[in-house]
Amino acid sequence: MPMTITEKILAAHAGLESVRPGEIVNAKLDLVVCHEVTTPPAVAMLKKLGITKVWDPTKILVTPDHFVPNKDIQSAELTKSLRQWREEQGIERYYELGNHGICHALAPEQGHVHPGMTIICGDSHTTTMGALGAFASGVGSTDLAAGLATGELWFRVPESIRFNLEGQPPRGVYSKDIILEIIRRIGVDGARYMAMEYRGSALPYLSMEARFTITNMAIEAGGKSGIFPVDAITEAYLAERTPEKGVRYESDVDAEYAAEFFIRVDQLEPMVALPGLPSNGTSIAQAGPVKMDQVYIGSCTNGRIEDLRIAASILKGNKVAKGTRTIVVPATTTVWKQAMREGLMDIFAESGCVISTPTCGACLGGHMGVLGSDETCLSTTNRNFTGRMGHPSSNVYLASPATAAATAIAGGLADPRDYLPEDCNFTTAEQQLWGV
Amino acid sequence: MTMPTILQGCAHVYSRAHINTDEIIPARYLNVHEEAELAKHAMEDIDPDFLNKIQPGDFIVAGEDFGCGSSREHAIWALRGAGIKAVIASSYARIFFRNALNNGYLAIECPEAVAHIKNGARLELDLEGGVIHAPDSGETFTFVPLTDFAKTFLEAGGLLPYLVSRLKGGAA
Repeated sequence: MPMTITEKILAAHAGLESVRPGEIVNAKLDLVVCHEVTTPPAVAMLKKLGITKVWDPTKILVTPDHFVPNKDIQSAELTKSLRQWREEQGIERYYELGNHGICHALAPEQGHVHPGMTIICGDSHTTTMGALGAFASGVGSTDLAAGLATGELWFRVPESIRFNLEGQPPRGVYSKDIILEIIRRIGVDGARYMAMEYRGSALPYLSMEARFTITNMAIEAGGKSGIFPVDAITEAYLAERTPEKGVRYESDVDAEYAAEFFIRVDQLEPMVALPGLPSNGTSIAQAGPVKMDQVYIGSCTNGRIEDLRIAASILKGNKVAKGTRTIVVPATTTVWKQAMREGLMDIFAESGCVISTPTCGACLGGHMGVLGSDETCLSTTNRNFTGRMGHPSSNVYLASPATAAATAIAGGLADPRDYLPEDCNFTTAEQQLWGV
Repeated sequence: MTMPTILQGCAHVYSRAHINTDEIIPARYLNVHEEAELAKHAMEDIDPDFLNKIQPGDFIVAGEDFGCGSSREHAIWALRGAGIKAVIASSYARIFFRNALNNGYLAIECPEAVAHIKNGARLELDLEGGVIHAPDSGETFTFVPLTDFAKTFLEAGGLLPYLVSRLKGGAA
């Protein structure tokens, strides 16, 4: 029976020859990722039931990320209990402050995610890791507890939607613009319960970092997972990080899809999602002028080194506008250090940005940049729901790091194409590899 | 644990689509996970007066894609802690629905009921029969009764008690 990548991965982990959408399967897990907000409740559930040992400490990764460095006494208690638990369980893959990072960025960056894996984490943006050709899905604390105890979890095999990304992204257009356009088209529940699979002639232009931005936001279309096929870009990324190659699955040519969309990447313009829902996307030109009290560059969506390079190329030699405080939050410690070595930190600091340690922070209204009443923020994060970054009357606009940097300089919504240096051509290692 | 098959309570209608888990329990309260603490802030960002309106045993009636966004199971715990016995929505976001099942919490899908039920209406839910009855208006709505798969979890009190009983029972 013809199958998609996602169906093949789930079948292999359920010990079945084939699976079809709608079927409920029990799948073995290859990696369970844990942070301090949703793991302590899972641990408490297991303790209550007398389950004292995780199924396999070598398949678990732990990092505190949401409210670190601890924002208050309660969050300090959460990270403390996470730390104690990982010690008791002998979990070696532990990233303490100083090595930590937002888990969805950290796990692939540190070489723990390989093609063909099944991954869960008590966090909706777990879908990020699917960019490496893995099945990665967000779950709640009970599922997390079940996964930690048994190494298995039930899944309803999702239907897949195929997105054909076509053409070369024009100047000023990035993967964030692509995913905002997709969510604009299909809506915040357009892929509900489904796997979002990406193909097309644009893929050679999308670095792994760019791909992570796209799979990160699968959940913003209601998706269960997002997945890219493995190609030379994937392999080059993995080769720098791990000797593991994983298992490379490809969708059969006659695999069935619930829907298919064509996205003309070469015709896209820089996008911005207006406050309320990630599906409120519009081209920057149509959004009109909006004054920004804050610009936030970071998160598991857009806090990787490529994102910071793009933002820095625009901010270099410029100052952020008076009245627009600008916060840069590298997603992981490795990104933070790399940004420092490349001189990006100097550019940010000189232009008047404030630089944070890696944290989920203000993306979810935690700390390090929470918004007050009626304040407006342009953010490179993934959600612009009511009150997401602070006060319920605050407003969040979502856009790419380039749009964020241009907006920081202008003090209000700005088109990155007006600010990108002429010679700005991000020839990533991956593009060189493909000779494009 | 056996679920009672008839539930009675009042409807609190929030008919908008895409009510997300940030609205059900804002992230600023996720530094704790005790149900009673979370309950104090249930639905705070969508209706600051929510807790004054509800009685234990009441229902939330909501539009499409209820519980979208963050995977936080705290959303279920906050609603349960506040005394909300079940949610009746046109449809659910995936993770919220899964979390509800795993907690043995009732998330009933019934777009027809959502379209007709008035705020404050008394409701009777017949879980076995898959019927929502509004005695004051005389209206009756049907929903697909729970599948055996869901019922197994509900009867066990959630996924974890189910797994434990399965392990103890030695069944495959």
